[in-house]
Amino acid sequence: MSAQDATPIGETSTTAMPGVTTAAPDGLTTYRILYITGRVLLYSVLAIVGLTMLLPLLWMISTSLKEPGEVLLLPPKWISVPLQWGNYPKLFDVLPFDLFLLNSIRIAVFATVGSLLSCSMAAFAFARMRFPGRNVIFAIILATMMIPFHVTLIPLFKLYRDIGWLGTHLPLTVPFFFGTAFGIFLMRQFYLTIPQELVEAARIDGCNFIQIYYRIFLPLSKPALATLGIFTFLGSWNNLMGPLIFLTKVETMTITLGLTLLTNQAGGRWELIQAGAVISILPIIVMFFIGQEHFIQGIARTGIKG
Amino acid sequence: MSAVTTPARGRFRDFLGSNRGREAIEAYILILPTIIGLIVFTASPVLASLYYSFTRWNLLSTPKWQAFDNYIELLTEDPLFWITIKNTGFYVLGTVPTGTVLALMLAIALNQKIRFVAVFRTIYFLPVVSSVVAISVLWLWLYQSDFGLVNELLRFLGFRGVRWLSSVTWAMPAIIIMSIWHGLGYNIVIFIAGLQGIPQDYYEAATVDGANSWHKFVNITIPLLSPVTFFVLTLSVINSFQVFAQAYVMTRGGPVNATKTIVYYLFQQGFENFHMGYASALAYVLFVIIVSLTLFQFWFQKRWVHYEL
Repeated sequence: MSAQDATPIGETSTTAMPGVTTAAPDGLTTYRILYITGRVLLYSVLAIVGLTMLLPLLWMISTSLKEPGEVLLLPPKWISVPLQWGNYPKLFDVLPFDLFLLNSIRIAVFATVGSLLSCSMAAFAFARMRFPGRNVIFAIILATMMIPFHVTLIPLFKLYRDIGWLGTHLPLTVPFFFGTAFGIFLMRQFYLTIPQELVEAARIDGCNFIQIYYRIFLPLSKPALATLGIFTFLGSWNNLMGPLIFLTKVETMTITLGLTLLTNQAGGRWELIQAGAVISILPIIVMFFIGQEHFIQGIARTGIKG
Repeated sequence: MSAVTTPARGRFRDFLGSNRGREAIEAYILILPTIIGLIVFTASPVLASLYYSFTRWNLLSTPKWQAFDNYIELLTEDPLFWITIKNTGFYVLGTVPTGTVLALMLAIALNQKIRFVAVFRTIYFLPVVSSVVAISVLWLWLYQSDFGLVNELLRFLGFRGVRWLSSVTWAMPAIIIMSIWHGLGYNIVIFIAGLQGIPQDYYEAATVDGANSWHKFVNITIPLLSPVTFFVLTLSVINSFQVFAQAYVMTRGGPVNATKTIVYYLFQQGFENFHMGYASALAYVLFVIIVSLTLFQFWFQKRWVHYEL
């Protein structure tokens, strides 16, 4: 079926051709009307979808700036006068949100540094060096992407308990210093695009491969590093299952986990809960606006190469 | 070389001394952390949890071997297991096809040389970077029966409001709608990149031949985009089978288990009831489902994925 679909493009189109070319002279105006209607429809659909995406997020901000009484007004009021900025400091009285933020930043930074280092090192070897077992090891690493995190969860929980890591940030940072399949794959794809002549030239100058890695490839791969860094930071910041299982004390919790705690403890205080949600995504949104191109290109790149 | 008594050892030593040998040693140094990670954080836990799945174990005692008991109980005696399978299947079927088709249509719309592309793309992408937890907390409020914005909108349009998250019928659809909303921008970006990778020559040639937009869409866009579609589908299926945070934040698996998913049940069995053996068996069932679906998709792609026209 597929082969038949693909080949006869030329055929079907040539039979359709006479119908198009014999269009009446006033076909041009008909065409213009069709075109304008199409454009109006197109923009309407895009705008409606845009509003659907944006309104809930604006509603979150709006709710976070309301008085408790205003939250339950019908019909709903979008802008509270005056804006209740006080909801945000109040949040810090309910739960240690300052600690949550610090913890999240610390964990995400360590995870990011770790994965940038370990993944770029391994990726360079897989992309540019010859050694026995290279293809087998790389295939195994790729295959591990299919393994759900939950399969390793219970043994890892036992391991971390046995070595006293439970309740610390170590289970959420240390593994990143030992490579992730996704990161290695992403970096390797990028390294494959760097011209081989650079390697040859550096070899002739007497560089060994480790020097080539950190003097040439690492500086050249800033775009890919940015992408991997953003993904790791985001994944770490937004992670729920890991912190939920491995962090036991409130003071060690991340902002994402803290938000679930707030939802339980401030039941019904929607203005506080939404303020917590705003705080939890604000750093990420700011990061997104700063590094938007890296986000988008990174996703596009992983999509196409996959 | 031939002077060495054991030839194998001699050859090995020569290899180490050669350029290729030094290259190999440097390569192993570079991949050493990854290899350690593979063994400590992936391979051993995967094997250990296979072993635990054949035991009875509450984390305090030593695991007690009981062969296939966990699997037999899961598959034949535990109605909750089948409920979680059904719920997860419902979630996957509810999110993946709709999410993929919507993303494809919007990507095509955004690819029509329109103004403000960057603005639309940015807006569509905002939910993607937000955590599922924050999004769930937001939608918990939007779905609130009496004062939530969703019911307010329904009433405004002349419908009756629905008790979204406390209704056995509507709780899962509510989570599905929210998840599609959350993930849409991600797939749109991938599809746009795919669309831009299709050479314009094909469309120009087809236009010269008099093909209309529909012909071009069916005969050029769809087949040439199929590798990207395949990627999106595979990844979406793998991810959506592991759905957890939405149910944890919004419904705690309720009402009456209506949103209890496989991973949520695993979390409960393992980390609330400390049935570690049983939870490991659940993890392995999930593992087998994901691997077989992925392999099936890779096998099936030969029938519908085109790498060229």
